[in-house]
Amino acid sequence: MGRVENKVAFITGAARGQGRGHALRLAAEGADIIALDMCKQLPSARYDLATSEDLVETRKAVEASGRRVIALEADVRDEQQLAEAFRAGVAEIGPVDIVIANAGVALFAVDQPHEAWQDTIDINLTGVFNTLETVVPSMIERGAGGAIVMTSSTAGLRGILGPSRGSLAYVASKHGLVGLMRSYANNLAAHSIRVNTVHPTGVETPMIVTPSIDAFLDASPELVAHVTNALPVGLVSVDDVTNAVLYLVSEDGRYVTGTTLTVDAGFANKN
Amino acid sequence: MTGRVEGKVAFITGAARGQGRAHAVRLASEGADIIAVDLCDSIDSVPYALASEADLGETVRQVEGLGRKIIASQTDVRDHSALDAAVSYGVEAFGRLDIAVANAGILSAASTEDLPEQSWQDMIDVNLTGVYHAARAAIPHIRAGGVGGSIVLTSSALGIRAMPNMAHYVAAKSGVIGLMRVLALELAADKIRVNTVNPSIADTLMVQNEAVHKLFVPHIDSPTREQAAEVFATLNPMPTPWVDAEDVSNAVLFLVSDEARFVTGLEFKIDAGFCLA
Repeated sequence: MGRVENKVAFITGAARGQGRGHALRLAAEGADIIALDMCKQLPSARYDLATSEDLVETRKAVEASGRRVIALEADVRDEQQLAEAFRAGVAEIGPVDIVIANAGVALFAVDQPHEAWQDTIDINLTGVFNTLETVVPSMIERGAGGAIVMTSSTAGLRGILGPSRGSLAYVASKHGLVGLMRSYANNLAAHSIRVNTVHPTGVETPMIVTPSIDAFLDASPELVAHVTNALPVGLVSVDDVTNAVLYLVSEDGRYVTGTTLTVDAGFANKN
Repeated sequence: MTGRVEGKVAFITGAARGQGRAHAVRLASEGADIIAVDLCDSIDSVPYALASEADLGETVRQVEGLGRKIIASQTDVRDHSALDAAVSYGVEAFGRLDIAVANAGILSAASTEDLPEQSWQDMIDVNLTGVYHAARAAIPHIRAGGVGGSIVLTSSALGIRAMPNMAHYVAAKSGVIGLMRVLALELAADKIRVNTVNPSIADTLMVQNEAVHKLFVPHIDSPTREQAAEVFATLNPMPTPWVDAEDVSNAVLFLVSDEARFVTGLEFKIDAGFCLA
């Protein structure tokens, strides 16, 4: 018996990285998956975003674990696309118990693209709001409770990453998620729908392990000289974040709501 | 199936009943052996019956019933050298220590102006200094293993939020968070992680007793559990009067397992949204 047996999880940013990790692990623990990703490049991104092929790979990997899955290309900035994906997902897989609002971008780069501010806020903050507004009414109406996890960051707790437009946007968007989480947690508690954030330090994913981020950090040595994890580790793995997400969305966490769960190797306590 | 803490050894204070027993049983069910201590005696300033020797015996029975080993002793967390000795004895028998859960705690209540000096002192001695003693006793043994480990300090939602008539309790539980933050920094290089659990009202005898029921339902002479539940429920945004000890155990299990190998310095709320309200 899996820890989320026969639950349905709606996951954004599921084509690769943390989103794919969550999809595969939840499936391994008995959940069926509605997997969304934009699968498009963003002009302000200085790294390759996920592709349609990535999303297909997530779908195939979930299928291989024996659970049901639908993979849908949808942009969290577009309410219409989200609504259509939600409708199609529920029709194919069933009503949603779990939401993992995970889609996000990191647009801090040496050349400071001007659109980095707006694109980051639109995807990392408004995209999460759009995701919840799309799914939550059905969870309330169904009356079966549920669990929502938003992917924040240590940058949602500390003013790190320096003065670039993309850095400020990233920090602001991830801090904004904490306020959004606390409000939804309050508003949805009476419905036994729990809402929490996870706050990873750097995670070994294609969003972070990429030449443009390396160049950005190389050009900003003050950001990395003293601002380090407490535990002797640089990047944590996707699995580490997934373990926290799994705890939060399983019955183990049935009274956990409104919490900022750090998976940060002690970063926030140290800095 | 391999347990989530298979082959590890856990030291737990306040293990005779309530949350401590639940942690012992949960960790044992996931493959850990247990070093359990409890005072098993009364404290004059505490207005309800503390755990007994028989309670500690019941914890032993339940852990052994799961096929795991347990060494239990009547030890006072206020007595640093006795606690050191209890841990050392257990580690000698089991050969290692991976986990410490500093859980022993008491509850009493009075307005700050009316609080008897002894109530303040007992609270700080057990709920704060006792937690410090437990961590101190465990650290050298965990470090000696060379593979890191995990320490959980039992704080409270009242370590994060305040409530009238609880100055000594809130001070002690807030202090536990400060202690955790320092230990998390000091022990990180040795891969020893330190976190608190912060439950709101839990369904244990520390709360389910006449003294605490009367505090929350002052207009009734002998409030029932059901009458107290109605008041407790108003404290939680989620529709529940309390969390179960096992809900706290599930958080402890996550924190002490390798699933949380990079989680340290965290206040882990199991509070049905109490701190949001």
